[in-house]
Amino acid sequence: MPHDHSDHDHPHALLPSDPALRVKALETILTRKGLIDPAALDEIIETYETKIGPRNGAHVVARAWLEPDFRAALLRDATAVVCDLGYYGRQGEHMVAVENTAQTHNMVVCTLCSCYPWPLLGIPPGWYKSDAYRARAVREPRKVLAEFGVTLPESVAVRVWDSTAEMRYLVIPQRPEGTEGFTQAQLMDLITRDSMIGTGLAVVP
Amino acid sequence: MSAPEPVFEAPWHAQVFALTVHLNESGRFEWSDWAERFGATLQRHGVGKELNGGEDYFNAWLETLETYLAETGDADTALVNQTRDAWEKAYLSTQHGQPVTLE
Repeated sequence: MPHDHSDHDHPHALLPSDPALRVKALETILTRKGLIDPAALDEIIETYETKIGPRNGAHVVARAWLEPDFRAALLRDATAVVCDLGYYGRQGEHMVAVENTAQTHNMVVCTLCSCYPWPLLGIPPGWYKSDAYRARAVREPRKVLAEFGVTLPESVAVRVWDSTAEMRYLVIPQRPEGTEGFTQAQLMDLITRDSMIGTGLAVVP
Repeated sequence: MSAPEPVFEAPWHAQVFALTVHLNESGRFEWSDWAERFGATLQRHGVGKELNGGEDYFNAWLETLETYLAETGDADTALVNQTRDAWEKAYLSTQHGQPVTLE
């Protein structure tokens, strides 16, 4: 390759990868046609990099743990509840909250591609998008869970929810014992991203 | 809690993601339509090898978007290739440290 020279000796600007150049080409063409606004692209990236992430979901879960009415409303119509909090689904999808209990553990996958509750959890991690997870979560959920370090007793049923473009799921993990009297902020620190996908449990303090 | 992973592994992943979300939000296509096409691309790419959910995931994403925009006529393939090459030329002819622009 002509660009293998060392970093401190570039006669010209560092050439981006082929896909990066192709994306730039699309942006150029669409901007010139007036179909996109480059400033809007920057805003979308900034939002997903800094404002949207699993803290949003943790906020929802912590409130569900603390407030029975909120929990009931969330289980009844999660879309309305999370929209009220400003965690609005940009793609107009419906949200469903599924609650882990002593009898049932819920776990979320998208076998088609990588549908995911962006407003609540941000951009999905690499493993969520991998073929391995997408194929195996449905076929052998207990084995997948074990690889995430989650071993459930045989008496607990595992329920796997397959997301779609229209329907996304949020797992409400079980509240750990020993957290009586915890504030919302303290509880939020126990609620990991994986616990809301169902590949983890809430952290025991 | 463990250290947070970067949201996007490479800047172009973020760019192509934002481009797609923006086109959807401005009404160029329905998200369900997009998801169906993207799912089909992933399936096709995954036949020969196991996709890791990183770079190959966004390669499939980009291919889906390119195909879609070629079909709608918003960005036809020849123009995309030509513009891509123009960007490459601009990078190679711009002094390091200077902003790269298309003529």
